[in-house]
Amino acid sequence: MKIMLPALAAMSLLAAAGTAQAADPNLARSLAATCANCHGTNGKALSGSGIDALAGEDKAKTLKKLNEFKTGVKPASIMHQITKGYTDEQLDLIATYFAAQK
Amino acid sequence: MMLMKRRDFLKVGAAAGAMASLYGCAGGGKPSGHVVVVGGGYGGATMAKYLRMWSEGSVQVTLIERNPTFISCPISNLVIGGTKTMEDITVSYDGLKNKWGVRVVQDDVVAVDAAKKTVSLKAGGSMSYDRLVLSPGVDFMFDQIPALTSADAQGKVLHAWKAGAQTVALRKQLESMKDGGVYAISIPKAPYRCPPGPYERACLVANYFKQSKPKSKVIILDANEDVMSKKGLFVKAWEDIYKGVIEYRNNSEVKDVEVATNTAVLEFDKLKADVLNVIPPHRAGDIAAKSGIKLVNNRWVDVNWLSMESTSTPGIHVLGDAVFPAPTMPKSGHMANQHAKLGAAAILNMLSGMEPNPNPVVMNTCYSFVDAKQAIHVTSVHQYDAATKAVQPVKGAGGVSAARNELEGKVAIGWAKNIWADMLA
Repeated sequence: MKIMLPALAAMSLLAAAGTAQAADPNLARSLAATCANCHGTNGKALSGSGIDALAGEDKAKTLKKLNEFKTGVKPASIMHQITKGYTDEQLDLIATYFAAQK
Repeated sequence: MMLMKRRDFLKVGAAAGAMASLYGCAGGGKPSGHVVVVGGGYGGATMAKYLRMWSEGSVQVTLIERNPTFISCPISNLVIGGTKTMEDITVSYDGLKNKWGVRVVQDDVVAVDAAKKTVSLKAGGSMSYDRLVLSPGVDFMFDQIPALTSADAQGKVLHAWKAGAQTVALRKQLESMKDGGVYAISIPKAPYRCPPGPYERACLVANYFKQSKPKSKVIILDANEDVMSKKGLFVKAWEDIYKGVIEYRNNSEVKDVEVATNTAVLEFDKLKADVLNVIPPHRAGDIAAKSGIKLVNNRWVDVNWLSMESTSTPGIHVLGDAVFPAPTMPKSGHMANQHAKLGAAAILNMLSGMEPNPNPVVMNTCYSFVDAKQAIHVTSVHQYDAATKAVQPVKGAGGVSAARNELEGKVAIGWAKNIWADMLA
């Protein structure tokens, strides 16, 4: 029994880990890619396209803008409708990802 | 061409080899394998690029596409309306080849052997894959418009619902039409490719008529009971800009045509036009049915929304208009691009021995022009819902433009440039 107990404990830990949904290691990258159609691959919108490039933008600045769109503080033609489709956590991951793009 | 095994592909894939060394050595846990992508439109081209980019060159990708260049359906209504040219909507596959190391093969896939994991090519020979991606767009159910089953008839009563030669031909028919003529466009029952597209086309043809053939008319024959997308905005444009030019008829399904006289045959009625533009009902591109994967209603491919993998056939992923849509999901180029990124992330996880992302998100944005300068949009965001095993529209998100405007006309062109680069550059 003394040998079995730690083994059982380890097994139940594994079971717990199995039931909790592990976040995908590339979640931020994949979320940010949903923005790329308009804002360019990895946030590098073409210059002259009239759409903001997000690559390398300060995280706090992007996040503030996204939150203001989402809450309706900042008027927009379309971003107020899009940001409402993402959770605050997802917007945070997206802003973090774009800030890290060179 | 002989059966090409992965190692042979690696030998001939000099560009791919160069890419791999460019990214440094392949460390442990990197995905590897050969993915064959069939169809180089909004879905397939995006898939090819993102597999190469996200795997840092460790996954080999072959894109099989029948056309020599990409020609965009979005923006093609501006070519039909005469304010853009074919050159404006054509993009080369060179970026995929030279920048991303995708092997682009101009050919047609005629058969899929899901058990042996091979595809057969029209030019002869076959190719093996570890994972297959079908992004075949749509093919038309010409049998639903019996007189349109012949190639001659299809060359006269055009659909122009795949951008290319038909786009040019429809523009020529409109240019040749006498002033005082009637252009009629028929819309099939939903679901069909690009829900707002026919209404946009009606606006842009009417815009051309107003400027060049002011006595002419546009008649929309819609098989649906109402305008299927951006209804309030389109109806307002028809009233404000095109009063007396555009006439909208709902519940008007075209059952057949009389080709010689450009006549649309409806259930109880006929309409003779000078230019007759019939968009027949469509289904997933023919290779989907030929591959033996499960279709819903014998038309659209049933997919797992965590991976875009066919629910019936492991190893085959399907993207874009060919897919049986999740609730409220439109068949659009933008959405096909999003399918591709969801699918690419899942395939790379699977090739690394990992599960796909359990919480994928896709979103749609679609701009339609109502004249040469003003546009309107519709947008939606779809999050995966484990209970229904589908991506579901987020309530309270999405919507349409407050009103048509020139700013969105500019953004629509910017959207096109950025998404074409996102797929192909």
